[in-house]
Amino acid sequence: MNQPVIDLVDVNKAYRSGSLSVQALDDVNLTIDEGEFVAILGPSGSGKSTLMHIIGCLDVPTSGVYLLGGEDVSTLDEDRLAEIRNRRIGFVFQQFNLLASLSAWRNVELPLAYSGLRRRERRERAMAALAQVGLGDRVDHRPGELSGGQQQRVAIARALVTEPALILADEPTGNLDSASTAEILGLLNDLHASGRTMVLITHEREIAAAAQRRVRIRDGRLTADIDAVTR
Amino acid sequence: MNWLDTFRTGLEAIRLHRMRSGLTVLGILIGIAAVILTVGLGEGAQSDVSAQINSLGSNLLIISPGSSTSTGGVRGGFGSASTLTTADAEALASKTVAPDIAAVAPTTSTSASLTASSTNWTTSVVGTTESWLGVRARTLQSGRFLTAADETNGSPVTVLGSTTADQLFGGTSAVGQTVTVNGVELQVVGVLTSTGSSGSSNDDDVAIVPLRVAAQRLFGGTTRTGVSTIYVEASSGSTLSAAYQEAQSELLAIHNIATSTSADFTITTQQSLLSAATSVDKTLTVLLAGIAGISLLVGGIGVMNIMLVSVTERVREIGLRKALGARPRVIRRQFLVEASVLGLAGGVLGVLVGLVGAMILPHFVSSSVTLSPTASAGAIVVAIAIGVGFGVYPAARAARLAPIDALRTE
Ligand SMILES: Nc1ncnc2c1ncn2[C@@H]1O[C@H](COP(=O)(O)OP(=O)(O)OP(=O)(O)O)[C@@H](O)[C@H]1O
Ligand SMILES: [Mg+2]
Repeated sequence: MNQPVIDLVDVNKAYRSGSLSVQALDDVNLTIDEGEFVAILGPSGSGKSTLMHIIGCLDVPTSGVYLLGGEDVSTLDEDRLAEIRNRRIGFVFQQFNLLASLSAWRNVELPLAYSGLRRRERRERAMAALAQVGLGDRVDHRPGELSGGQQQRVAIARALVTEPALILADEPTGNLDSASTAEILGLLNDLHASGRTMVLITHEREIAAAAQRRVRIRDGRLTADIDAVTR
Repeated sequence: MNWLDTFRTGLEAIRLHRMRSGLTVLGILIGIAAVILTVGLGEGAQSDVSAQINSLGSNLLIISPGSSTSTGGVRGGFGSASTLTTADAEALASKTVAPDIAAVAPTTSTSASLTASSTNWTTSVVGTTESWLGVRARTLQSGRFLTAADETNGSPVTVLGSTTADQLFGGTSAVGQTVTVNGVELQVVGVLTSTGSSGSSNDDDVAIVPLRVAAQRLFGGTTRTGVSTIYVEASSGSTLSAAYQEAQSELLAIHNIATSTSADFTITTQQSLLSAATSVDKTLTVLLAGIAGISLLVGGIGVMNIMLVSVTERVREIGLRKALGARPRVIRRQFLVEASVLGLAGGVLGVLVGLVGAMILPHFVSSSVTLSPTASAGAIVVAIAIGVGFGVYPAARAARLAPIDALRTE
């Protein structure tokens, strides 16, 4: 068997605020293979976002080992981490995290700018990504001029524009109606179908159903690794 | 991210916060304009003074009787009233003795009363030769100056300063009229152009007569061959010191004096007058520039303050950019570019305001303001340096932010 993309071994994450310590992740062991579509399902405050931030190299575990593509992340320096985030990972954040002052296409081209692409090519690829999420006619709108669902789609376009091997989506349908939700899930399915590893974080069972594999998290602990269920 | 993108992003951030950026730029602008204007004022005052001293003539040496090193006062020679004589002047004018001396103008000066037909006027009567006009860098308003023939013939002619001409003849033309000095009738042959100077030693209130006329016919007596000052013009600015040496050694030889420390004459250069006159101005300029420099420092602290605010306000944006793959150094560069653009804008506008100030200020203070292009360019460079210098800390802070902490900030 080939190496897993994501391999978490006894990962702990504790937040300390004053004398109070919150164990956000508690001995988490998780392996995700290349090309898998995994849903991480858990109630609010269970540690889902914390887990995603660690998987996405945005945060570091308090203890435990995280191997990304076989590489121990704790040994990498800032520049290398930035490069990994830029080229191998696409983020869709719970709060869209778009820059309000930039138009949709300028938001989407941001990761490409940091990978050193020329402006013309960046623009072309940003346009293509926006067309892919069905926003070809909204490229010059600023986030404030877009609906919540449209903003989320801009965020997805930004995550896929670098063609990353791994896409991490934190509650991508969190505040959308059912029609938009179906659209977004369709998009994620397409991305998965094109060979990307997908990690979808949600607190809704129906949404987790879109994935091949579901992992439950509660109070920072992975409680059950439910095997793929045919829909 | 290349430099162009970094620059564009910086400009966008500045444009997004117009008010704040504008106030920061204003701080630097005031500092730069203040520095430029004070330095310009100082330089202007200095050039005013040096223009005044240069108006004496160019490349000038002034030889006066008496020794500055002697404690015994003026040394007498052969019983004459002055240690300098027309013979001294003639010797210095010789090209073989003093090749670097272009012209020599011996002068005597005595106060006397001039009488015209209806009025009289007391002024200083200067006896000199034709060289005086060139050596003292003066020009004629009308008529002619003394000639060599006037000197050899002892012609009874005079050239008047513009003030003297006005006092004696009012509005009417002085040239061709006659004035009487000590009973000798002199014909007015020319009038000097006004120098515009004022004060105790008024260059415009003077009556110039041939040296021989002054010595033999007007005043006579012991001053027959003595002169009060010899003006010497060097052939160029670079030969001034050679001319100085030649004049000194020649006069020492003529006067039979062995060492220069016991000389019975003093040679003054314009340079020594200049440095004495400008040293006071320099002190003041340095002081003013120091104060202006402090205002520039305050402007720089303003940049730092604004950049820190900007970093704090954009923590989330920085976090996001890092999450999308911005390396720390790219973030640092972006904030540095932003700060230096603010500095550049402040510098350029400050120089512009300085230029406008330099045009307006002379109407309020009686001093000219000299703005040199190098000083202006220097000021802009300093302004950028201030932007970068005070932007380093905020930029480093932004670059150090952990992406997740930054993203979580509300
Ligand atoms: N910076 C922090 N400091 C202290 N505690 C934190 C911090 N971030 C998260 N926590 C705590 O860690 C736990 C997990 O938080 P996390 O954001 O991972 O939850 P979540 O599963 O994503 O919840 P939601 O579904 O509401 O987004 C929570 O109890 C939360 O209060
Ligand atoms: Mg969350």
